[in-house]
Amino acid sequence: MEIFLQQIINGVVQGSVYALVALGYTMVYGILGLINFAHGEVVMMGAMISLSALTALIGMGLSPLLALPLSLVLAIAVCMLLGYGIERIAYRPLRHAPRLAPLITAIGVSIVLQNLAMMIWGRDYHSFPQLFVNQAHQMGGAIINDIQLFIVIAAVCVMAGLMFVVHRTRLGRAMRAVAENQHAAQLMGVNVNRVVSITFMIGSALAALAGMMVSANYGLAHYYMGFLLGLKAFTAAVLGGIGNLRGAMLGGLLLGLIESLGAGYIGDITGGFMGSQYQDVFAFMVLIAVLLFRPSGLLGERLAERA
Amino acid sequence: MLNSLLEITGLEVAYGGIQAVKGIELHVGKGELVALIGSNGAGKTSTLKAIAGLQPSSAGEVHFDGKSMSSVEACRRVSMGIALVPEGRGVFARLSVSENLLMGAYSRSDAGISDDLQRMYDLFPRLIERRDQLAGTLSGGEQQMLVMARALMSRPRLLMLDEPSMGLAPLMVKKIFETIREVAAQGMSILLVEQNARLALQVANRGYVLEGGIIALSGRASDLLQSDEVKRAYLGG
Repeated sequence: MEIFLQQIINGVVQGSVYALVALGYTMVYGILGLINFAHGEVVMMGAMISLSALTALIGMGLSPLLALPLSLVLAIAVCMLLGYGIERIAYRPLRHAPRLAPLITAIGVSIVLQNLAMMIWGRDYHSFPQLFVNQAHQMGGAIINDIQLFIVIAAVCVMAGLMFVVHRTRLGRAMRAVAENQHAAQLMGVNVNRVVSITFMIGSALAALAGMMVSANYGLAHYYMGFLLGLKAFTAAVLGGIGNLRGAMLGGLLLGLIESLGAGYIGDITGGFMGSQYQDVFAFMVLIAVLLFRPSGLLGERLAERA
Repeated sequence: MLNSLLEITGLEVAYGGIQAVKGIELHVGKGELVALIGSNGAGKTSTLKAIAGLQPSSAGEVHFDGKSMSSVEACRRVSMGIALVPEGRGVFARLSVSENLLMGAYSRSDAGISDDLQRMYDLFPRLIERRDQLAGTLSGGEQQMLVMARALMSRPRLLMLDEPSMGLAPLMVKKIFETIREVAAQGMSILLVEQNARLALQVANRGYVLEGGIIALSGRASDLLQSDEVKRAYLGG
């Protein structure tokens, strides 16, 4: 029972991160019908930048209480700029091109960012500085530590804020209007390019936050970490129904749980044939199973409407 | 034309190599209701799109309130007072009725928005019953009311309507045209594109007949209704 609860806690923590990243994929898809495959690299840049900034600020003698939020803000700012630039350079010129073209540039941007990160930070793993005693809390026999608690709380707050912006503000209305009908939105006086830019920047800010969370939780960051993380978050977005914000959050949470429970019990299920190193396989198998029965994802609409 | 709100000279619109509009002159005076009629593919929608800035013109000039529109983006023309209700309506189906109306006021930041919202509900009582419903669940006629109200929410000085009667039941068409008359009576300048030529000329002050991208005829609406050419080509005898 304790093990089960522990797997649930781990799953919720990991799922919170997936959800934040999945929101970035799904928002861009909702507005442009485009899979931004470079999004995972933005997460990686967020992790690397916040880690470097944190190390530098601590080295300057700043208190961790000041250095942590400062480095997060810096990572968010740089990633927002990066997201803006990616859209402006790699996607906007191809807005009316056939769909394969921006997919190729997305992969291109992804490779460029990975290599850029490798040039700046090298091939080594960087460790996240240990600033506090990471207090562990007992929860019905299972353990959750400060960082994990922070991840879940921050993710919930940020997602609630995003839902508020999208559903209750003028900007959110404009985003939903552009997602549905760009021409009609223009006729309302909406500057479509501006809304698209803002969407990329919001998604990138979430990615930067997720990047810092991941590196704090595992204590590590690496120039290649964006690839698998991005792929899984994209999977989460598809699982929930791509283009649907609630779907991205649900998909992220579910994927985190599936992965965690899979890792914990895959050995028992297969009679020891497969071990926890197969957790990724398990997650993707669940994705395939869901898509076989619900091709548009759990909360998704028929994709044909958008084609 | 001294007091004309919209003045178009030598307008040409081309898609790829195909010219849809081949140099037309057209004007709409302040408070005037002008009908632009013609058969399918005559260039009516292209003309409206060029005025709204959705389709770049390949030659010619659009002047609105004395100012050239050639370098003004579509999204900025709305706040200058040009509103287009597009063909096929273009409601935001997954936004509620009231959210659609608020989108109409997107370019405004004044305090009168909620008063205007109430005025639209007075003008179209059907919409108030359905204000929290998703716009996609409305009937075709209700959607047409919604997009007209949405366009009026921008407080336009020129209202352009593209085929407002398309696909609607006769009773609903009658209702829509009553509303057009009502809005015009309040002093709104209107450019109305219709395939239903008789209906359009009955409400309009003046009319233009567009044929193959050029203006074949123009004049007072009552004269056009009596013209043999118009009768033969557009009024079924």
